[in-house]
Amino acid sequence: MTSQQQVLPLSPAIPRGGATTRGDHLLVAEMVAPGSKVLDVGCGDGDLLQLLESRGIDGRGIELSREGVNRCVAKGLAVVQGDADTDLVNYPDDAFDYVILSQTLQATRQPKAVLENLLRIGRRAIVSFPNFGFWRMRLQLLIGGHMPRTENLPATWYDTPNIHFCTIKDFVQLCGEINVKMERAVALDLYGRPLRLNAPWWFWNMFGEQGVFLLSRAGKER
Amino acid sequence: MAHELRKVGTSPGVHADERLQEADNPSSKIARFGADHPLRLDCGVDLAPFQIAYQTYGELNAQRSNAILVCHALTGDQHVFNVHPVTGKPGWWETMVGPGRPLDTERYFIICANVIGGCMGSTGPASTNPATGKPWGLDFPVVTIPDMVRAQAMLLDDLGIENLLAVVGGSMGGMQALQWTAAYPERVFSTLAIACSTRHSAQNIAFHELGRQAVMADPEWHNGRYFEKGTMPHRGLAVARMAAHITYLSDAALHRKFGRRMQDRDLPTFSFDADFQVESYLRYQGSSFVERFDANSYLYLTRAMDYFDIAADHDGVLARAFRGIKTRFCVVSFTSDWLFPTSESRALVHALNASSARVSFAEIETDRGHDAFLLDVPEFFDISRAFLQSAAKARGLSGDGA
Repeated sequence: MTSQQQVLPLSPAIPRGGATTRGDHLLVAEMVAPGSKVLDVGCGDGDLLQLLESRGIDGRGIELSREGVNRCVAKGLAVVQGDADTDLVNYPDDAFDYVILSQTLQATRQPKAVLENLLRIGRRAIVSFPNFGFWRMRLQLLIGGHMPRTENLPATWYDTPNIHFCTIKDFVQLCGEINVKMERAVALDLYGRPLRLNAPWWFWNMFGEQGVFLLSRAGKER
Repeated sequence: MAHELRKVGTSPGVHADERLQEADNPSSKIARFGADHPLRLDCGVDLAPFQIAYQTYGELNAQRSNAILVCHALTGDQHVFNVHPVTGKPGWWETMVGPGRPLDTERYFIICANVIGGCMGSTGPASTNPATGKPWGLDFPVVTIPDMVRAQAMLLDDLGIENLLAVVGGSMGGMQALQWTAAYPERVFSTLAIACSTRHSAQNIAFHELGRQAVMADPEWHNGRYFEKGTMPHRGLAVARMAAHITYLSDAALHRKFGRRMQDRDLPTFSFDADFQVESYLRYQGSSFVERFDANSYLYLTRAMDYFDIAADHDGVLARAFRGIKTRFCVVSFTSDWLFPTSESRALVHALNASSARVSFAEIETDRGHDAFLLDVPEFFDISRAFLQSAAKARGLSGDGA
């Protein structure tokens, strides 16, 4: 673990009246500076994009499933059908202030290449993913002896789209390998609430159900 | 410029004389441009005088901010949402245009003009050549998609409409919509480009050449001078239409609609009659088309599509055509469209992404082929409606919260 990486505290996400907004979406929205231009990769039904646009952010989306794209476009969102693994290369450098990859990294074929592309297209990237080091995952493997399934990841091993699971620890290690700076990191519990801030990494890796990271390019600009 | 409006008839005869009448004196509003306002064509000719026949629906608001230009396809015309003066049939896009429709005539001011080179009142090969007093025929200069768009821009200048809320079109209409946006980005707030491409493919040029050769092989074509000979190249044009019509459908749609079913018989006749329903259908499509369309116009308009290639006008790089563009795009394709397949739309979307344009792209699942954009496809309407509403809202049009 690259413990020298400084992780800045995050202002707590404020739940909205609707109560239907996902905790990780609120957290991601908090990380985006007002007035920025954002690309949401794997934007699903466009809930996060709608949340961002309601905050005056210029949002665009890519979604793999045709149904998802059409639902987004029918909401008036600027979303195109595309694949994170193959289509990100078509975007020019520095096209966006932020590129978001929300709960999608684990479904890509080449997570490392995707991550590198995110930080080429965007000046910053926000990545959230389910933490396979979560204690309930560990317990299901250890005690149950079967591939873990949770409320948020209900698919069986043979029909899950998630082919590259990782733990928070794994992800932090990858960021170190490809020279990515972690500006902020936060772990969320099963209910999408941030864990307490001063916890050590092992605690997050054990009790975080998902990780949300704000990343930027480390060192000199290319 | 003179504007006229003739009443649109409801029960016209399907007759060549009547159609010829439409070419010069259409049942539409007309904008006339004199010798002082020539249309500069890509082929180098200044066309003057010329006229544009157009229809409008709905009301232009006080801010002049709710105008939407509909661009018609190859064999379409300006009669989007009214009874057709020659065929007596409903407008060609009544599923899309009208009160409460995606192109809502209660909120938007819809304009559709017959393209230059057409045969429904805008100047084309069937119009009278003022120099000779006879139809232009093949003396008419070859026109391009950019020429059509330039003429429409002159019409909008004439109508006092500086900016369009949207330019909308499918197929050749989509080509015009894209050309509009590339040529006049500051005049186009949003673009809805349906089942189209930024360039005509080799396969599509090949199909068009087939159609043109069918027309020109008809002895009644007389090198385009059929009006003077008192003939019509009906057979050639019908064959051209039959071939083209197949490209507008899909294998699945033809199979679902006709299969191998026989027409009014149980056994084959062992002749070349239309034994199969699909044959009978195609023959009908061919013969009904020749009643309403001019053969020379078909040659000119297919040629215009063949020449279309936006990237070629920008050093071969499509993204340059849309560099720094502020226009909002929505690109729609259909899964079973093999004339303008999704891959063509995707190439456009990639170029728009590279230009950082605000673009939506949806591929609609349907087995109805290229013609799906003219048919009742609810998902397509939902997307079109939402895109236009979102554009209207961004443009600050009132009453768009609903």
